[in-house]
Amino acid sequence: MSTAPVSLAGEPRVDLAQAHAHGLTNDEFHRIEKLLGRTPTFTELGVFSVMWSEHCSYKSSRRHLKTLPSGGDLVAVGEGENAGAIDVGDGWLAVFKIESHNHPSYVEPYQGAATGVGGILRDIFTMGARPIANMDSLKFGSFDHPRTRYLLGGVVGGIGGYGNCVGVPTVAGETMFDAAYNGNILVNAFSLGLARKGELQSARAKGVGNPVLYVGSATGRDGIHGASLLASAEFDATSEAKRPTVQVGDPFQEKLLIEACLEAAKTGAMVAMQDMGAAGLTSSSSEMAARGGLGIVIDLDKVPLREATLTPYEILLSESQERMLIVAERGREAELQAVFEKWDLHAVVIGTITDDARWRATWRGKVVADIPVRALADEAPMYDRPAAPPKTLPMRPAPIRTHPEPSRALRELLGNPNVGSKKWIYRQYDSLVLSNTMVGPGSDAAVLRIKGSKRGLAMKVDSNPRACALDPYLGTVGTVCEAVRNVACAGAGPAGITNCLNYGNPERPEIMWQFTRGIAALREASLAFKAPVISGNVSFYNETEGRAIPPTPTIAVVGTLDDTSKRVTQFFKTPGDYILIVRTAKPSLAASEYEAMYGSSPEGLSPIDLLRESRLVSALLGAIDQGLIRSAHDVAEGGLAVALAEACFNPDKLLGAKIDGLSTSDTAELFGEGPSTIVLSAKENDVAAVHKAFETVGIECRTIGRVTENARLSISRASIDADLNELNRIYESALPGRL
Amino acid sequence: MRWGVIRFPGSLDDLDAIYGLRDVMGQDVQPLWHKDESLHGAECVVLPGGFSYGDHLRCGAIARFSPIMKSVAKFAADGGLVIGICNGFQILTEAHLLPGALTRNRTLSFICERVHLRVENAKTPFTCTTRPGDILAMPIKHGEGCYVAPEKELLQMEERGQIILRYVDTNGDATDAANPNGSMRSIAGVANDSFNVFGLMPHPEHALEGELFGADGRKIFESIIAFQSVPEHRGQLRVGTK
Repeated sequence: MSTAPVSLAGEPRVDLAQAHAHGLTNDEFHRIEKLLGRTPTFTELGVFSVMWSEHCSYKSSRRHLKTLPSGGDLVAVGEGENAGAIDVGDGWLAVFKIESHNHPSYVEPYQGAATGVGGILRDIFTMGARPIANMDSLKFGSFDHPRTRYLLGGVVGGIGGYGNCVGVPTVAGETMFDAAYNGNILVNAFSLGLARKGELQSARAKGVGNPVLYVGSATGRDGIHGASLLASAEFDATSEAKRPTVQVGDPFQEKLLIEACLEAAKTGAMVAMQDMGAAGLTSSSSEMAARGGLGIVIDLDKVPLREATLTPYEILLSESQERMLIVAERGREAELQAVFEKWDLHAVVIGTITDDARWRATWRGKVVADIPVRALADEAPMYDRPAAPPKTLPMRPAPIRTHPEPSRALRELLGNPNVGSKKWIYRQYDSLVLSNTMVGPGSDAAVLRIKGSKRGLAMKVDSNPRACALDPYLGTVGTVCEAVRNVACAGAGPAGITNCLNYGNPERPEIMWQFTRGIAALREASLAFKAPVISGNVSFYNETEGRAIPPTPTIAVVGTLDDTSKRVTQFFKTPGDYILIVRTAKPSLAASEYEAMYGSSPEGLSPIDLLRESRLVSALLGAIDQGLIRSAHDVAEGGLAVALAEACFNPDKLLGAKIDGLSTSDTAELFGEGPSTIVLSAKENDVAAVHKAFETVGIECRTIGRVTENARLSISRASIDADLNELNRIYESALPGRL
Repeated sequence: MRWGVIRFPGSLDDLDAIYGLRDVMGQDVQPLWHKDESLHGAECVVLPGGFSYGDHLRCGAIARFSPIMKSVAKFAADGGLVIGICNGFQILTEAHLLPGALTRNRTLSFICERVHLRVENAKTPFTCTTRPGDILAMPIKHGEGCYVAPEKELLQMEERGQIILRYVDTNGDATDAANPNGSMRSIAGVANDSFNVFGLMPHPEHALEGELFGADGRKIFESIIAFQSVPEHRGQLRVGTK
């Protein structure tokens, strides 16, 4: 039997008002009292408030996430651990996940973004995998907003400052600017690691009596209530005051942790490992115990502290970075400690695994928290929040009056930071370290080799919030298709999906409706491409002063190449090659960059036929495998005209394109986006075979022109004849020109 | 030949240097731990890129005090070959094994991109398989690569031929636009006045394979191998004087 924990001198009284201040509702507070059979202590209240926060408990999303397909022949870990893992061949597992760090990055952009990278990296190496690639998806407000430049500089600096310093390359990403994010930017960080089959680490506590080691940086006051008060609430005028809830990162410590943890895992003395992320020591210890169906007792006096005056409440809720919790095999803890000592890191036994299924913390000889483990994990509230479509139609730009000249529109689109080159961003990231990067930032997808194998990985992250705002289902389907196409354009078949679902306040039925439509779409698309959703993250409460961001499911797809020598990039290669387009449907101006710039057209989003989408991808992969394809580029922001220009921007040598085979020159053909068009190039002798590859499965394939030595883009039907040197200058200065 | 690659806490391109030398170039490579003093018989010591000791205080400022650096200083004084890449270059200047210092890029930001380098002195152990004026493509990736030194010292270095590599454009001209970080006189790599210690900001170990970045970086390591294979070169000083 357990003894009731004591309240400490000077602690505030625990009542309903105090519970509210912790972000808990009346019902939740009463539920805690019922589960404990008494009023919680102040420390326990703090613990419940973080563990039952939206951020940690997924209380609004859990029942929906369960509907996503997470299994498959190649899935090694589909749920229940810190990240998912798929078998990518030759004895390797790819471990990956994407996560948000939106609110911290808005409040303190450099540290917010940096610790976002740090957190996702720990989710990967806690699995025993060495992180080998990072990506990020960023959404900022418009350049008219006074904070945008500051936030952009801080976030990019933070991602680079952290990623560059831990020796993990940042290989791909996406960035968008839109006024809808003025008050709530998005920073979604992805990481992928490799582990040998059979060497994955678990975060499941095992073995009663096994010691629990605290590893890494000492605990300070930073980040207390980051998960509950910052990540799980809307923004308002007081949000600036929440800056102390943002953690501060130290990538040097993280680098040492990566090396030490991977080395320690090889000793065989490690039973389980989990990073201390959101809700720090509390979540890591209770989640490990919950997974194993066991209990845990922690002696808070043993925890390394930055300041001796930290209270138990602060120690348990601190989100200080670069800390891990490890369950060791009893009697072998010294083997692990020797490894951490080699890397000059703390490794202290702070607790023990118990058989009583209780989560207990002691401090100065007193029990300060004593809670059934299940109450923190499985018995956290789960809500089936009402969902209903909004009563008003989504906002679209004012109707277009007159269309600009196509050649002017092309130049203005290339000069738009959403379309133009992102080199200003990615040149601040190390994309080469670890010597695996075959295709880095600037093409449709990154391609990494797996050393010692012919096989490789391709990856890309995508989102399409404008389409999701018009139709949260169709927009999400389109986003998955786009990410899959990007990976396929590199020559890789989609193998797995991870997602970061960014939405507004789930307590509002229209937001919940957006979310549930997004989940349904993700499920359908995942099944269509046979690419399971092996990990993910939900970020709700992306609202400021009651205004939500557009629904923004961010989708990262990882694909595999059997032979990296067959990889393809988006750039035209050789003058004389034929240019073809393949597509499942005619594109539409709805939700396009063109529409955002010039005004909306009456048409809506084009429907998407997932069966045809998957046929298109299979046909493309088959043609690439046969060596028929010289370049492949997915048509995205800015439409076909922009995609053609981008394909000409070969970094080795600027090429040209003479396009005389378009069937129409209407605006949607030139500048429409989605559902799916790919620009290909092929040698003259292979053109017929390329046509056959697509047409036999019913996919439209059209030869539209040829690659030229002369660096001009000419589209005869649209009277476009532009110097690509000039277009390239516009494209390259789109972003720096705004700074 | 036998190479030693030092692993400081916070070294990042150590694995790349080890992989490149061992697996791509077929060399005998021994990782060297910063807390040890032994160089394990290395004929050339590599100080890799990264952020040793978190670059706290100043890049390379703490690494120079590590136990292994005592041995490196002695090894260099005895004429042993030492190459410092990126952070390794910064450490070598902090340890006064190379002249000058590396300060923040003039963009005040980290830069990862392809640069072109012109060989200024091909009579050194690090460039002896190249010719003067050869242009090599390599990546840079650093935030503090702006090379500075007192004008008087720069003049002496020019005279002695200690400036080994310069940033140039594809035509081989050392224009301001081709200088990524604002280095004085477009300097990308320098040697000491005995020409057995070499530091450069670009990463030759990331330019060894055609299927990745390109293979121009091989020239640097092939030069070291060629130099070391001539018995009378061993221990000989001032071989690089113009």
